[in-house]
Amino acid sequence: MKELLIIIISSILVDNFVLSKFLGICPFLGVSKKLSTAAGMGGAVIFVMTLASAVTSLVYKYLLIGFRPHYDFAYLQTLAFILVIAALVQFIEIMMKKFMPPLYKALGIYLPLITTNCAVLGAALLNIQKEYDLLKSTVYGFGGGVGFTMALLIFAGIRERIELNDIPDALKGLPITLIAAALVSMAFFGFQGLFG
Amino acid sequence: MSESNKTGGMKVLVNGIFKENPTLRLVLGTCPTLAVTTSAINGIGMGLATTVVLVGSNVVISLLRKLIPDKVRIPAFITIIAGFVTIVQLLMKAYLPALDKALGIYIPLIVVNCIILARAEMFACRNGVFASALDGVGMGIGFTLALFAMGTVRELLGNGTWLGINVTAKLWDPAIIMILPPGGFMAFGLLIAVFNRFSSVKIRQTGCQGCQGCELQCGKDDGGEVEAQ
Repeated sequence: MKELLIIIISSILVDNFVLSKFLGICPFLGVSKKLSTAAGMGGAVIFVMTLASAVTSLVYKYLLIGFRPHYDFAYLQTLAFILVIAALVQFIEIMMKKFMPPLYKALGIYLPLITTNCAVLGAALLNIQKEYDLLKSTVYGFGGGVGFTMALLIFAGIRERIELNDIPDALKGLPITLIAAALVSMAFFGFQGLFG
Repeated sequence: MSESNKTGGMKVLVNGIFKENPTLRLVLGTCPTLAVTTSAINGIGMGLATTVVLVGSNVVISLLRKLIPDKVRIPAFITIIAGFVTIVQLLMKAYLPALDKALGIYIPLIVVNCIILARAEMFACRNGVFASALDGVGMGIGFTLALFAMGTVRELLGNGTWLGINVTAKLWDPAIIMILPPGGFMAFGLLIAVFNRFSSVKIRQTGCQGCQGCELQCGKDDGGEVEAQ
């Protein structure tokens, strides 16, 4: 139990996916313009990342290395995981449309974007690298998703304020956004000593 | 025919390096750009690995472009790309173990690098094999140069070295923050600002929203495309 707690806190604060691992920067910069869209994207990412971590963990254990020592498919890891994630996203989209229309309306447009979000594939690969079992993988995926969402929400708030300021021409748009991200990342760096 | 083909080919090649530099102008593939550029040599390694995947997937997708049904093209593209990434990953593990260790998880993550899917979608699926290969090389070089520039700035300021050679490390204390995550964001922001300042065309403001957010469709014309055929 203590170990799970450490995994969840470290994946949210200490090793934040966006700010210290640089995973999922594209959506981080892309959809952080408004708080409402950031919240939608964050919700979808938490959902998909938790599920994808669990499913890829199972796929790895029972399909890729399940037939050892006769057959070893571990080299197919990348290929298998991206296909699992793509299929999962499609599946979730269809299920949501049918059974949870309000949620689908809220998250709908963000779901397809998640296939190419490297945080999801990154979490799946890190789970294997860290040799987490099913429960730990799921918790890690969930924590990573929450960390992503938190960074996204904080940053969306900051960006809404940046818009109102007078910025030099060359820095307008992306450059000033990245510099703001550097400052947020520096703030998160303060958590680094938490489990040191 | 051969003459026009030649100039067209050159145009395609240079296009990726300056006019549509994937990192600094289109702001695609930001994750590896920020993550692995703690040193110049890592930047080059990542850039070359991505270039190999880019050229390979561009060629294969261009060859198969008439066979792949339009509806399942994205999964098909991703499968082809993942295949090439696996090849590169295994080759690196075998022949460049040190670099493989330094780049770690970001090698398999080339699969979700938007540049590759974007080029498949925007160029390879409606151009010939030769032009697609050239486009892959051009984009790859553009990406590698951008990573190299980032790596140079960060290594020089953060570690006082360049390509492992001692430059300023003995003169003053290097600012370690530059090779830590915050320095990555900072250096990238300033690099884009400099690139912006010295070029007349404005950079795309929004950033990448994931490749499927671009809503570019195979065969649809999107303006800034170079027709090579």
